[in-house]
Formats: sequence, structure tokens, C-alpha cells
Amino acid sequence: MMSPIKRILTTTFLSATLLAVVTASPQEQPTAFVGARLIPVDGPEIEDGIMVVHLGKIVAVGDSSLVSPPDDADIRDMEGMVIMPGLVDTHSHIGGGWAADSSEPIQPGVSVFDAIDVRSSGFQRAQSGGVTTANVMPGSGHLMSGQTVYLKLRDLNTIEEWVVRDESGRPMGGMKMANGTNSRRDPPFPGTRGKSAALVREVFLDALAYQAKQEAAKEDPEKAPDRDLGMEALVEVLEGSRIVHHHTHRHDDILTVLRLREEFGFRVVLHHVSDAWKVADEIAAAGVPCSLILIDSPGGKLEARDVGFESGAVLEEAGAKVAFHTDDWITDSRLFMRMAALAVRAGMSREGALRALTIEGAAMLDLQDRIGTLSVGKDADFIILDGDPFSVYSRVQETWIDGVRVFDRSNDKDRLWATGGLGAGSPRAITSCCDGGEVAR
Amino acid sequence: MRLETTLSKHVSMDGEDRMNSANRARASKIVKGLVLAVVLVAPALSQDLAVRGAQVHTVSGAVIENGVVIIRDGKISAVGPAQVTPIPAGLRVVEAEVVTPGLVDAHTVVGVAGYLNQDHDQDQLERTEALQPELRAIDAYNARERLVDWVRSFGVTTMHTGHGPGALISGQTMVVKTHGDTVDEATVVPFAMLAATLGEEAQAEGKKSPGTRGKAVAMLRELLVKGQGYVAKKAKGEDDFMVDLRLEAVAQLLAGEVPLMVTVRRHQDILSAIRVAQEFNLKLVLDNAVEAHLVVDEIKASQFPVIVHPTMQRAAGESENLTWLNAARLADAGIPIALQSGFESYVPKTRVVLFEAAIAAVSELGNERALRSITLGAAEILGVAQRVGSIEVGKDGDLALYDGDPFEYTTHCISTIIEGQVVSEGSR
Repeated sequence: MMSPIKRILTTTFLSATLLAVVTASPQEQPTAFVGARLIPVDGPEIEDGIMVVHLGKIVAVGDSSLVSPPDDADIRDMEGMVIMPGLVDTHSHIGGGWAADSSEPIQPGVSVFDAIDVRSSGFQRAQSGGVTTANVMPGSGHLMSGQTVYLKLRDLNTIEEWVVRDESGRPMGGMKMANGTNSRRDPPFPGTRGKSAALVREVFLDALAYQAKQEAAKEDPEKAPDRDLGMEALVEVLEGSRIVHHHTHRHDDILTVLRLREEFGFRVVLHHVSDAWKVADEIAAAGVPCSLILIDSPGGKLEARDVGFESGAVLEEAGAKVAFHTDDWITDSRLFMRMAALAVRAGMSREGALRALTIEGAAMLDLQDRIGTLSVGKDADFIILDGDPFSVYSRVQETWIDGVRVFDRSNDKDRLWATGGLGAGSPRAITSCCDGGEVAR
Repeated sequence: MRLETTLSKHVSMDGEDRMNSANRARASKIVKGLVLAVVLVAPALSQDLAVRGAQVHTVSGAVIENGVVIIRDGKISAVGPAQVTPIPAGLRVVEAEVVTPGLVDAHTVVGVAGYLNQDHDQDQLERTEALQPELRAIDAYNARERLVDWVRSFGVTTMHTGHGPGALISGQTMVVKTHGDTVDEATVVPFAMLAATLGEEAQAEGKKSPGTRGKAVAMLRELLVKGQGYVAKKAKGEDDFMVDLRLEAVAQLLAGEVPLMVTVRRHQDILSAIRVAQEFNLKLVLDNAVEAHLVVDEIKASQFPVIVHPTMQRAAGESENLTWLNAARLADAGIPIALQSGFESYVPKTRVVLFEAAIAAVSELGNERALRSITLGAAEILGVAQRVGSIEVGKDGDLALYDGDPFEYTTHCISTIIEGQVVSEGSR
């Protein structure tokens, strides 16, 4: 008697095989990862599994007794290995992307897209830690420091090739906001929390007015507003197609974000949320997701004095959605999995911590249908580990994005990014030509 | 109880009365977490204790399976397998999966630098002058700093702390136990080392000196020469001799009473430190030493020890060539090493040396050498191995207790014991 789950897996595999046949090109062989422990995240772990990847997508996932690799597949023996979805870092600063300058506190028109150095060694380190998708953000020294970008760490030559695009082909990203002490500075920046919230209200009221004019212009083009790139981005925020990623630490600042969201209806992810454990019920009731950072000791500044490893467990218990982020350079992308392990150490469920590294983060970037689980039809973004994800003794052996291996620990150059050493801090050299007969990645 | 009161006050200042009951329940759970390291210091605690461990890592000898450690009057009086190490009747018994010596953090600024990172709690660096060897750590150490509790809750019982990196000579360091309400209660060695820094981080801005590497070393030499003159003059015992606090500290350095600990990142700065130390016949401890892996032979030949950077230190600027394998490379060559939590100007306000050792352990150092680097290896470099660093009869009864492999991410430190007193308890 076949269990319902097995039946589904088998059915899925059959339809996936059909899909593969339709789209296969003669040069592009499917790859079958055979014998690994699979952690699909959206279902139970599979002790002895097979995952088939083809043309950048996952085309089959299941127990090895139920799934067989396609005849033409390149077979990879994965005995003793663990395969799980690529990690989604919801908040990173790798690549040196900064957006807003010091001229004013609210700058929705600038984007980190125009600043990122894809050759930065930070991206290589992140790949070695298993990060496949990152929300690269401008800083927190502004109430609104500009637009963020969602990147796949693809090892290609330009930022255009890295950015995740929506169905219409437009680059995807959010809007970075901050409150609390980082954005309190000398004028024209706000000097108090009250002023901070007032300035944010003002700009959202402007955006509402701008949006109304745009609406009116649909009937009467004469009523169109003068184009304002910042306002256009804020209209996307009001419409919900651009998510606010909000830096916030103290309990009262967290509630201020929830209040502003209530007033203007934007979608928001709370970031850092040091005091989340004090207002966990309010966060859960609002249905607002949290992207946490865990730091090896409390403090560093007054508003982060109560940050602790326990936040993941407390939010989970309260029923709030939880993901993690590196905030790289605050923590090291190579150790992203360690952060989730520390949350488990402090009582978060193993399942919740795995979700927090993958699908929950994906959902906070509107990418839950494309990445974040080992599911048929999703992008082939995954990592191969030589042990349990939450053990200090486990290492990322390989990182794959869109069915392409971007990190291979057995390769000396890649291992240099993973462990460090002479030259590891230098920018990645990308050559468009040849390096030992292969295109250098 | 004092600290508990303080922390509850913090929480109510953070708006406890606005919390609903569920939040308050959670908060109380968390606060319990925050203070678990702190429920101690009942007056006149006994310093007699027995500890039973499924594994007892003595560090000085083999691991004892099903071992017992007996502490009498704060000192270890017996250690061995349970079957041959009877526990005297009436002695309090604490049990754990894994027992190690209390951890020794070979270099930190905890207690001199506080967790809030505000001017008022940052006393690790005085920036007005490049050379201030007279600044004493004992005049700055805050025994009640929250970060002391924090690191102790992971098993750290001894720290080498004091003036930090960032000036050519920033001041003195000290060795403390992570226990006691006052600096006097905590102090093990009041003047442990003289803290120096070579490299960009110790260069002054504008037209101040040192502005270059060459100038920094020249200033250091000049101070040492001046110190030699001072020592000679003092020896003559002339009537007009005036005590110079700055040169008194240099005199102790020249006499070999304290080592010079030089924080360095780049390989050329490592070699400069060795060169100066050899010229003046100083005891040298290389600190941080990010690029030590590039000059292993030279360090080995010098016979000076290295307090290796925190493994997870950020690999940027002068640390861009940092490798997690550094500690292993040095240990492979037979160079004495210790690991440290170091100094962070932002977050984490302190690292935890146990965590740094865990990453070194899995980066070719191995568990045994990693544990040694945060216990006996560190104690030897700090000159306190006669008291701490291993579980041996006659040493201080300082132990760390874990519910599993101490280096594993999900293992908890369940108890920290200093001189026979349980000073942290809980599950962190």
C-alpha cells in the first residue's frame, strides 16, 4: 500500500519527467543527485532520496525507492550527504551597495542596484556558506535609505544578470527603512523618534497624493503628476509590489512600525527586532514577519542591549513568521547556518529554524513560489552538506543556483573563499575568456 | 540577588507595564535567560563541591570517562574515575555530560569595555597620546559589567583583559576571574602585560604621530631607550632621581617582569614586533597576528607565543588575508598558541572564546588542541598555569559543565564553577 505522500511524489515525478522531455535540449543533460538525505523543508526529510535537476529547475524529488533517475542523467552519488534548499539571506550588505547619501533622511528614488560590485569577495564567501539568494540593502542611517535588490549569487558578469526579475522582467527589490537611533542625526535628519515618525507620515501622504494623481490621469492625462522617481517607488510600496524592509530594535520602535503600516497599508518585514520577545504577541497579531539577527553577545548599542538567542523561539511560540539574516558585515555569510543553530540552542524548533533559513525568507521577498524548498518546478537552488545543517562539524560542500554549481569545496580557489587566506579578501577576478580550459567562475 | 534586581529594573524601564500577560510570561522566561548567569553570589558560599562527568577533560592528561572532581576549600583535591574517586558524604554533587577546566580567554577587553558601547562604558582606549604604559587596568575594570556574566555563562572563568588595541602603547592588562563584586576580588594578576599595537589601527590622524609604520617603531625604540636610561639612573640612587610612572612600567618590561603584547595583523608588523623584542631582550606575546600563517618559520624561530585572533574576526582591511586555519598552521609548527575573544568596536560587543575555539577546532586545529588553546595553553601564555587551565590536584576549582560536546552549536553550558562555587547555572 503506497502512502499518500509517496503517491504524490511518484505522480509528481511522472509529470516532471514529461516536462523534462518536452524542454530538454540535446546538450543539456539532467543531473540526478542520488542517495542523499533530502531536507525538502516543505515536507518530511527523506533519508535516502533522489533529486533530479534539469535546465535550472528541480524536476523530481523523492525517496530513492520511488524515483529513478532519467536514463540520460548524469548521476552524482550523494551517499552520506545532506541536500537542502539554498539559503535565503533577507538582509545583507555584501558587494558594498550603498544608496542614500547624507543629504536628506528620506531618499526612496535611489537604489542599491546602481552601486553593487558583483566581483566583491563577499559574494564568494556567501556562496561558500550556502547563500543562494540575498536581499542586498542600503544602510540604516536614514529613515528611508533607498531601494534594495533581490539577487541570486550567480557568478555572472553584471548585476543585470544577478538580479531576480518579476514576471514582466523588472528587477525585484524592496524599500529600506529604519527607525530608532541610527537614523537620528543632525538636521535635516530627525532628532527625535516623534520627528522620525512625522517625517515618514509626511512622505507617505505625499505618495498617496501622487498615487491619486496617477489614478486620475487614467481618465484625464492632463492630471498626471510631474514624474518623481521617488514617488513612483513609494507608489509601488503603497500598492504592495515593493515590500518595506524595516530596521528596528526597541519594543516601542517596533510598535511604531506596526502603527505606520496600519495607517498606510504597506507590506513590511521587521528586521533585527532585538526586542521582539517583549512584543511578540503584537507582532504575531499584526501578521508581520520578522527577520532576525542573532549576535554572539548583547549590546553594542543601547537599543540592542536585550538582543538574545531566544527571539526565534519566542516569536515561533507566539505564532509569528521568522527568518534570519546575516546583515553581512555584521555577521559573516559563511556562518549563516550557525545563526539558526544558535536559535535552536535557545529553544527554537529544528523545523522552524530550517524554514527560517529558506522558505520563510523567500516569502519575505515574494519569492516563495520560486525558491526556498526542494520542490518540483522550483529553481534548482540548493546546497550539499556533509552532515547535519545545525552541526559545527558540517560543511557546505557545494552550492548550486539555477542548476549551476557556483561553489565547490573540493576546488582550491573556492575553498580559499570558504576558509580565508592570502588573497581571499581580494575582489573576484572574472575573465570572459579561459582559465584552464573552462570559463572562470 | 543584587543583579537580578538590577535586571528586573531594566525590564520594567523597557515598558513592562505595557506588556500583556502573555508577553510578560515570555519576558519573564527571557529575563530568566538573561539572568541565568547571575543567580549566584549568595553570601559565604561553601567552596567544597564534587562534580561528576560522563567525560572529564582534564586537558593536562587523558580524558576520564565517568570521572569525578573533588574541590575542597576552592582547590581541586582529587580527580579520577568514579570507581576510584570516592565522593565524601555530605558534599554537594553536580553532574554533567562533559566537564572541562574553566575556560581561559587569553585576550579580551571585557570589564574595561562595557556592553552598551557608549562613551561612559568604554575605557579600553585613551586616545590623547600614543604611548601611555602607565595606564593600569585595575583602575578601570568593572567587575559588575554585564558582559562578565555573559562570558561566564558559557564557561569562561579566567580572562586576560585591560587596555585594548588601537594605540602604540595603550596601557596595561590584567588577569581576572569572572567572579567577585570588586576588582580586588576578581584580580589574579594586576599587571599582566603591556599592550601595544603596530599597524594602521595605531596610526594617529592628521599631523600627530605615529603616522607611518616606520615612525611607530622608531617611537617604540625611543621609549625603550629612555626606559634603559631611567633604569640606569634609578640604579645609581642619586638624590635628584624622580619617579616617572610611565618609565616605571617600561622598566618592568625591560626587566622581563611583564611581556609586551603586540597586536598586529600584517606580516611585516609581526616581524617588526619580533625585531624590536629581540633588540631589547623583551618577552613578547604576538597578538591577533592575522598574517602569521605567512611567516610561520620566523615566528617559530623567535620562540614567542601567539594569541591568535578570534577565528570569526572580520576579514577586512589589514585582516583581509585572515584564514580560519591560522591557529592550526601555527600549532602544527609547534608554536605555543591560545585563542581569544579579542576586541570589537561594535557588535558582537564581545565574542565568546568558546565559539571562536569551535570554529578553529573544525578548521584543522582539532578538538583537543582547540580546547587546550582556551584552557591550559592560554594559562601558560598568561603565566597563570600554576593556578588554572587544567583539572589537576592543587589547582583552583574552576570548571565548566556542558550537556554535550562543548564545541557543538546546540550544546549548552549548564554550570560554571569558580573555586568550588557554582557561579553560573542554567542552560545557555
